Amino acid sequence: MTKLIPPLTEDVVRQLKAGDEVEISGVIYTARDMAHRRLCQAIRDSQALPFDIKGAIIYFMAPTPARPGKVIGAAGSTTSSRMDEFSPVLIEAGLRAMMGKGYRNQAVRDSMKKFGAVHLFTIGGAGALISKFIVKSEVIAYDDLGTEAIRRLEVVNFPAIVAYDAASRSIYNK
Amino acid sequence: MARTIDYQKIVEAVKSLCIDACYELPHDVLDALTEAAKKESNSRAAKILKSLIENARIAADEQIPLCQDTGLAVVFAEIGSECLIKSTGSAGRTIYDAINDGVKAGYKDGYLRNSVVAEPLQKRKNTGTNTPAIIHCTITGGDKLKLTVMAKGGGCENKSQFKIFNPTAGRKQVIDWIVDVVKNAGADACPPFIAGVGLGGNFETSCLLAKKALLRNLNEKNSDPFYAEMEKDLLSAINSLGIGPQGLGGDTTALACLIETAPCHIASLPVAVNIECHSHRHKSVVI
Repeated sequence: MTKLIPPLTEDVVRQLKAGDEVEISGVIYTARDMAHRRLCQAIRDSQALPFDIKGAIIYFMAPTPARPGKVIGAAGSTTSSRMDEFSPVLIEAGLRAMMGKGYRNQAVRDSMKKFGAVHLFTIGGAGALISKFIVKSEVIAYDDLGTEAIRRLEVVNFPAIVAYDAASRSIYNK
Repeated sequence: MARTIDYQKIVEAVKSLCIDACYELPHDVLDALTEAAKKESNSRAAKILKSLIENARIAADEQIPLCQDTGLAVVFAEIGSECLIKSTGSAGRTIYDAINDGVKAGYKDGYLRNSVVAEPLQKRKNTGTNTPAIIHCTITGGDKLKLTVMAKGGGCENKSQFKIFNPTAGRKQVIDWIVDVVKNAGADACPPFIAGVGLGGNFETSCLLAKKALLRNLNEKNSDPFYAEMEKDLLSAINSLGIGPQGLGGDTTALACLIETAPCHIASLPVAVNIECHSHRHKSVVI
């Protein structure tokens, strides 16, 4: 079990191997489809991003609303491959880890190798279980996107498995 | 003499179905996961299956939705021809309005995620109510109204496919294609799956059949022995793929394969596969 505390350094990321179990503690950010499009547009327009992407972990997730007094609702991962066209831009900008479910394409894997980044797997459809590892949640950008807004999450011992490492290895038989 | 059903009664029923479906995994699905976890020879796969069972327990006990993707609300209404829907004070309101009002209330009061955008390509603005629901009404005999809500996630729906074969295509060709669709869904669509298959009909009906197939109890075979055998062979072929729970390998790629059929044109053999994730959420009530 490897403990990960963001921001992650290139050195830490390059030591991870596909299949390694990790636990994340600290701050991670959520972003999925539309938020990715906006983040990439901001980079193209040389505008500041809503959070520091250097060393960051992005979690592909859009939760259910929190009940009163609760931190968050169900909070499991969405399909990572939909972010394939955007991830290389963010990796080049300093993103060190992405977290979601399913496959990544070759372009993303090439970027991860070149710049030093990994893709982490969390169990898709285990939204209730995974929500237990999130202790704080706050919308920090793109509020108009509703559930797809960018959130700053604080997590404690959040479990994941390295699905693709920075040396082109994969946990998938594909 | 027609039976009158109050508009508000339908609203309340749909609301409860939305909430219950998203918090309680149906028994047949839970049983199938439990059985699969026992049989699974891959230890990591077994661990994932146990996590899914644990997830279902937490969801029910602590009232956290099973999955953050609480889906499009797909609502089937089987309306007895002797039913009249009465809406006091809001003339012209139909069963479609009642269902949408129910979905709106269910997603709000149940703390479920709103995942509907108003149109597909321009602004994709979230409607903020998870409506409009996808509604399929059919007319049946009698004076009862059967309502079914399915909370259908986007990740698995995205991997569903449709194809029209030549009428001369055989069983093997159809099976091979269906298995290929499931293979293509792979890790992305949250296996273990339930594969809903629509055979026959035409362009639109085969897709609807595939969706309706998903509403069957997982242990219920097709009533025609030929198609029951095909379901069995398909499930076995799918589980031989080795994709496993969440795509990390294992014996459990699908929990069930369910086929529904319809007559079709002499020129065509339509086949639709509706992929459903393990978080197979649906519930029915008869009013």
